[in-house]
Amino acid sequence: MTEVAAGDSIRALKAAFPYTLPVFAGYWFLGMAYGVFANASGFAAWYPIVMAMCIYGGSLEFLVISMLAAPFAPLQTFLVALMVQARHLFYGIPLLSRYEGLGWKKPLLIFWLSDETFAVNLSAKVPQGVDRGWFYLWVSGLDWFYWVSGSGTGALFGTLIEFNTTGLEFVMTAMFVVIFLEQWLSERTHWTALVGFVASVGCLMAFGREYFLVPTLCVMLVALTALKKPLEPRLGGGKGEA
Amino acid sequence: MTFAEQLITILLCVAATMLTRFLPFALFSRRGNTPAFIRYLGNALPAAIFAMLVVYCLKDVDLTAGWRGLPEAIGIAATVALHILSRRNMLVSIGGGTLAYMVLVQNFLV
Repeated sequence: MTEVAAGDSIRALKAAFPYTLPVFAGYWFLGMAYGVFANASGFAAWYPIVMAMCIYGGSLEFLVISMLAAPFAPLQTFLVALMVQARHLFYGIPLLSRYEGLGWKKPLLIFWLSDETFAVNLSAKVPQGVDRGWFYLWVSGLDWFYWVSGSGTGALFGTLIEFNTTGLEFVMTAMFVVIFLEQWLSERTHWTALVGFVASVGCLMAFGREYFLVPTLCVMLVALTALKKPLEPRLGGGKGEA
Repeated sequence: MTFAEQLITILLCVAATMLTRFLPFALFSRRGNTPAFIRYLGNALPAAIFAMLVVYCLKDVDLTAGWRGLPEAIGIAATVALHILSRRNMLVSIGGGTLAYMVLVQNFLV
């Protein structure tokens, strides 16, 4: 029993690891920037490390640093955090069937949800003979570990970095472009992709770069609801999902 | 802020984050009990969200000043071209596209 489980786990790690390499580059870059920023704002290294472990959400963690420097405002803190993280409400929906029936791994998978993990776990083709649960768990856990270790390294040793990392942040853009491209090449209708693109660009122009994600998701929800009749027969389950 | 207030601030952010992550699963997760509309959204949302995430990554690109998004456009074109040429090897396309972008913004389109 344990031998079978260990074999499953190692096979899944080998399959999952390459998918996490772009996230490693991106998270170390951003995580280190976060650690350095927290440090420069006067916080001991354990602040960014604990927040990276427990919150595990870059944009909110940057905000918390400025919240901690401002007067105590619990209600506002909670509401801002809800707004910044609201996109997770939407990430859960496509993952419902993927994460179904995975037992003890499921709460961990949900805890470790991030933009990047969502996109990788949803788009990756889990190879034949590899345990899906373990594959998702490795992707999620490794991504989390990259973020925590990157933040910690930045907080502890950030000032010692000397090589030129200008432009490294593009790795995240490139990863999402590839995931979008894979989706585009595999789908039978491009309408939902176009809805997402138009809604994002429109809301970016209307609401500005700081606050456009929540309006974008709302516009997408309304548009996809309105288009349900013509779209639904052309979507299918995708990748053998029921 | 006192230390206790800092702790509460951080805990509130953890709570809000976990609420957004667990709520959909708590509401719709029971097998066979997912409403048809939610299942439709589950199929329709990924492509739309992937598009949003690309736009989100590019949100700080200024089309009215500097190089007007040229390095990003070249980086994305390189990523897409490498992805097709390498027969969808994502490490080649993501690695190559990022390298192309870094060389550009460090040396040529500074």
